[in-house]
Amino acid sequence: MALDANAVAKIAHLARLGINPEDVPEYARNLSAILAFVEQLNAVDTTGVIPLAHPLDATQRLRPDAVTETNDRDNFQSVAPQTEDGLYLVPQVIE
Amino acid sequence: MFMEWETVIGLEIHTQLATKSKIFSGASTTYGAEPNTQACAVDLGLPGVLPVLNAEVVRMAVMLGLATHSTVAPRSVFARKNYFYPDLPKGYQISQFELPIVHDGYLDIELEDGTIKRIGITRAHLEEDAGKSLHEDYHGMTGIDLNRAGTPLLEIVSEPDLRSAQEAVAYMKKMHALVRYLGISDGNMQEGSFRCDANVSVRPKGQAEFGTRAELKNINSFRFVEQAINYEVERQIMRIEGGGSVVQETRLYDPNKGETRPMRSKEEANDYRYFPDPDLLPVEIDAAFIETVRATLPELPDAKKARFVEQYGLSEYDAGVLTAAREMADYFEAVVAAADGQGKLAANWVTGELSGALNRADLDITASPVSAAALGVLLQRINDGTLSGKLAKQVFEAMWNGVGSADAVIEQQGLKQISDSTAIEGIIDEVLARSAKQVEQYRGGQEKLFGYFVGQVMKATQGKANPQQVNDLLKQKLDKS
Repeated sequence: MALDANAVAKIAHLARLGINPEDVPEYARNLSAILAFVEQLNAVDTTGVIPLAHPLDATQRLRPDAVTETNDRDNFQSVAPQTEDGLYLVPQVIE
Repeated sequence: MFMEWETVIGLEIHTQLATKSKIFSGASTTYGAEPNTQACAVDLGLPGVLPVLNAEVVRMAVMLGLATHSTVAPRSVFARKNYFYPDLPKGYQISQFELPIVHDGYLDIELEDGTIKRIGITRAHLEEDAGKSLHEDYHGMTGIDLNRAGTPLLEIVSEPDLRSAQEAVAYMKKMHALVRYLGISDGNMQEGSFRCDANVSVRPKGQAEFGTRAELKNINSFRFVEQAINYEVERQIMRIEGGGSVVQETRLYDPNKGETRPMRSKEEANDYRYFPDPDLLPVEIDAAFIETVRATLPELPDAKKARFVEQYGLSEYDAGVLTAAREMADYFEAVVAAADGQGKLAANWVTGELSGALNRADLDITASPVSAAALGVLLQRINDGTLSGKLAKQVFEAMWNGVGSADAVIEQQGLKQISDSTAIEGIIDEVLARSAKQVEQYRGGQEKLFGYFVGQVMKATQGKANPQQVNDLLKQKLDKS
């Protein structure tokens, strides 16, 4: 499987990455090479193998339903670019 | 050419689970707190944090699975659903994709003609809610409150088995009652604890393939689900009959205009690039745990309804009304207990007088000014002959208005029914004595005048005479010549 320039642009957009148009062919070549490398796995017969959800052979630990966190808003918001009335302010998301 | 259309609907219901803390963090889920005071480092998606699953959400999901005859997956996996929006700080929502915790069940609903229809449940999966965006008043910027981020949701996805807006409403109501019976959600629709998306399509009747569907987003009331679907069905049919076609898209219902419209979005739709979340391990649920949960299941609506019919001799209809909400059923049974087991009388009063008064005052049963115990005493006074039905309504009204208990109102307003036959006889004698002409006419064959005498006696006693006794005694006296 190879990625073309359009696919690279689309992935970059989905990931909100700003990339230089002149770098796109290079990214396409590198990403395609990675995919080609991983594609070797397709040669392995995986019949009857349960898809791996996690590399560790362990199951999820659960925590009791208890409130353990207290309000730390001032601390968190001290690194936010802009806040008001306790809200984080971001550029307008709807027209 | 006239063509008959069939509507096909599938619902995705998002129900907020009633936990104290969030699905992956120890922050509180209490509604209505000051913005961002209940959003901890995990909810904010700060670097280096690790989500840890809340045991309670697993138990609640298993409960819903058992109550809907579903399979509870022995192994389920959390996945990342990737998209960008400011109220989703991590850039992905932790959800379940290929391996949901619950799948392949059903819920039976009752249609308007009384028939039972089985609606398939494809799956129910656990996920975290996003925060809230406030688009107004921030000088051209959007305000973000992340208190809701990380609140546990169970998304229940139905098969496309629903064939009308009415069926969709019936299913949604039944599911709403179920999650409240189970105690896994408060079901508060105003606060968004129970909301749904509807996948709607139409096809010519008899056609096997589905038509192209539109997804209607974020419907948060039973009335809106019906309106939104009806509007959308009409829109799709008109479009197709006008020679056009339906576009697969996401549409928003606008309750103010009563219409659906496409969401304005330049987002690449549905390209969520799900993958298993490496921060979370597979969730394993063993049979022993499932049995522990099964043992705690409460009596569910269908079983309770059948028992009410059986135990109290109620009609299917009354039993259905009384078991639609757990609080209503509990209230009814508390009334019965306080009214010496008078099930039918209690049903009549709870579905009649009480429900009417609650509706008029726009109150929920849990906020009834007349307690179940107090209503029970009133019914006892009907049963022991102290009150006639008519007087009882008068007493009820006084109780509703906070005058006091049934006995206090009866005492205070002198409403006690007159059941002393000597007293009634005395009054009848007075009435007959001053109505000589009518007595003569009655005895001469004008039997319709009987009602006149009853009216006179009731008037003389201000409606307090026991009507049955009045009838019997009047008959005796008039018929002896």
